[in-house]
Amino acid sequence: MGQLTPELERKLTTAVDRMPAFPRSVQKVLELTRNINCLPKDLVGVIEKDPVMTMKILKVINSAYYSLPSKITSVNQSVVYLGINTIKNLALSFAAVGILPRVNTAGFDIQHYLVHSLTTANVARILCNSYAKGEADPGDCYVAGLLHDFGKVVFAQFMAAEFRQALMRGVTENVPLYRIEREMIGVDHGVVGALLAKKWQFPEALVDCIRDHHAENAPPSAMLDCLRMADQICRGAGLPGGGLLGEELPPWAGQKPAAARFGDDIDKVVASLGDFSKIVADATMFVSVDSAK
Amino acid sequence: MKVRFWGVRGSIPSPGPHTQRRGGNTTCIEVRSDGGELIILDAGTGIFPLAQSLLKELPVTANIFITHTHWDHIHGLPFFTPFFIPGNTVRIHGAYDVVSSQGIEQIMEVQMQYSYFPIREAELRAGIEYRTLDIGERVEIGDATVSATLLNHPVIDFGYRIDCGGKSVFFTGDHEPWYNIYEPGDEGYTEYQAMVEEKQQQMDEAVRGVDVLVMDCSYTEAEYPAKKGWGHSTFDYAIALARRVGAKRLVCTHHEPTRGDDEAERVFAEALARCCVGVPGDPEVLLSYEGLQLDV
Repeated sequence: MGQLTPELERKLTTAVDRMPAFPRSVQKVLELTRNINCLPKDLVGVIEKDPVMTMKILKVINSAYYSLPSKITSVNQSVVYLGINTIKNLALSFAAVGILPRVNTAGFDIQHYLVHSLTTANVARILCNSYAKGEADPGDCYVAGLLHDFGKVVFAQFMAAEFRQALMRGVTENVPLYRIEREMIGVDHGVVGALLAKKWQFPEALVDCIRDHHAENAPPSAMLDCLRMADQICRGAGLPGGGLLGEELPPWAGQKPAAARFGDDIDKVVASLGDFSKIVADATMFVSVDSAK
Repeated sequence: MKVRFWGVRGSIPSPGPHTQRRGGNTTCIEVRSDGGELIILDAGTGIFPLAQSLLKELPVTANIFITHTHWDHIHGLPFFTPFFIPGNTVRIHGAYDVVSSQGIEQIMEVQMQYSYFPIREAELRAGIEYRTLDIGERVEIGDATVSATLLNHPVIDFGYRIDCGGKSVFFTGDHEPWYNIYEPGDEGYTEYQAMVEEKQQQMDEAVRGVDVLVMDCSYTEAEYPAKKGWGHSTFDYAIALARRVGAKRLVCTHHEPTRGDDEAERVFAEALARCCVGVPGDPEVLLSYEGLQLDV
């Protein structure tokens, strides 16, 4: 596995503080916090759907400031520790950074990214309950799904030229993006996401999952299995027609499940999720700024 | 140890004929260790009369522990007279603020800005030291140990336990019982409830067996539902906690600014009656007032 140069590592880790969150969640946070009686669960419901806000909250709570006895892996846990008003004010400070532009110079579709992250998060949680009960925590699987591709946003924001080229090559050469990233940048987006998660002292299992989700020889774990399986199912989620069981073939057609625990019929795994198209539709609705009131 | 209450009022100083018996100054508690170390819990306006009493024993070393940075717990600080006299040492302890990304030193910087106070921090004559504490951190103050426990308030709030010579005092600062943000039946309810119970359990362990438990008892049970999320406890919660952890004495403090003495004493008596306080093994339960002194 490749490594970033120390200079690039420094650049990326310091830059993330200035990274804006997603338009829909910024808008919702501003809207909710105008009401003094805003329900804590509504605010949590917005923050935990935004990878940037979730990443920043976990960064704050797990970093050295408070030396918590155990690592915090969810927004809800952060609320129990820091209190809803502190979380609310943190969310407002994240919102104040601005919003991720819909169109960026890297040509990276953030709306698609967000739908994919959200669906992967939800699917990973469901899979954990049905295929890895007792072996991994469903909430941890959700966070792993939400944050697994965080490295892509970092690339898009802070290495736009290189990432644009990688995205284009991925399409024209029909090669998975992570392979091109490794070739062009030296590391894939999993490694970059994990680098940040590790620097901010996220739980080790979460760091490993983010780092290894495209690593061929990674040591297996229940959480990684669920993440990879969810990632495989949700690959097309957020693209027109992608991931929805319509007339087109789903993106996973003809593939084998990502890990042995899921058997050898991927359609059965998808069927076990219940209404997968609703999971995608809910995520798409959350992400859509246009549908906001 | 000796514990003396210099300020018992919540939110805002409330002087006047209706608060003469309990007092109108905001939170400040003086604790003296067996060896005479001076520990001050919070710097509400009660710290000003305390400061006056210290002038006869100069030079002093004051160890101030701030539970949290809301005004009523810090706004007496610029008037802490020992700051202005050379030879004194003032050590200020408190939590890191994640929203402002600053340590406890911000409480002086913020209050002593040109627009709000005529003297700059740099002009103070005493030696001033700041120590931003981690959750669970223990600080040795001579023969006493002070440990910080993260509690629940709309800003980071530390409860402090002081142990000295086998005796102990715990002060909550402002604290509201953790509560579930979900309704029964909501998806996250059960998981959240487990976390709430775990936090309460952690608090119980930190308070267990104390000789004196000083608690924020701002509200009655009837008032609480309208004030949920404001960060304060009720008499009944405090009494239940004191019983559960085997506290020997419970001092109810942080009186509502709108509550006069008669009203404060009435709701306190009602709470004692409602909770049937007085059965064998119960803690002694007191309602705080300025000047209350306890030998521990």
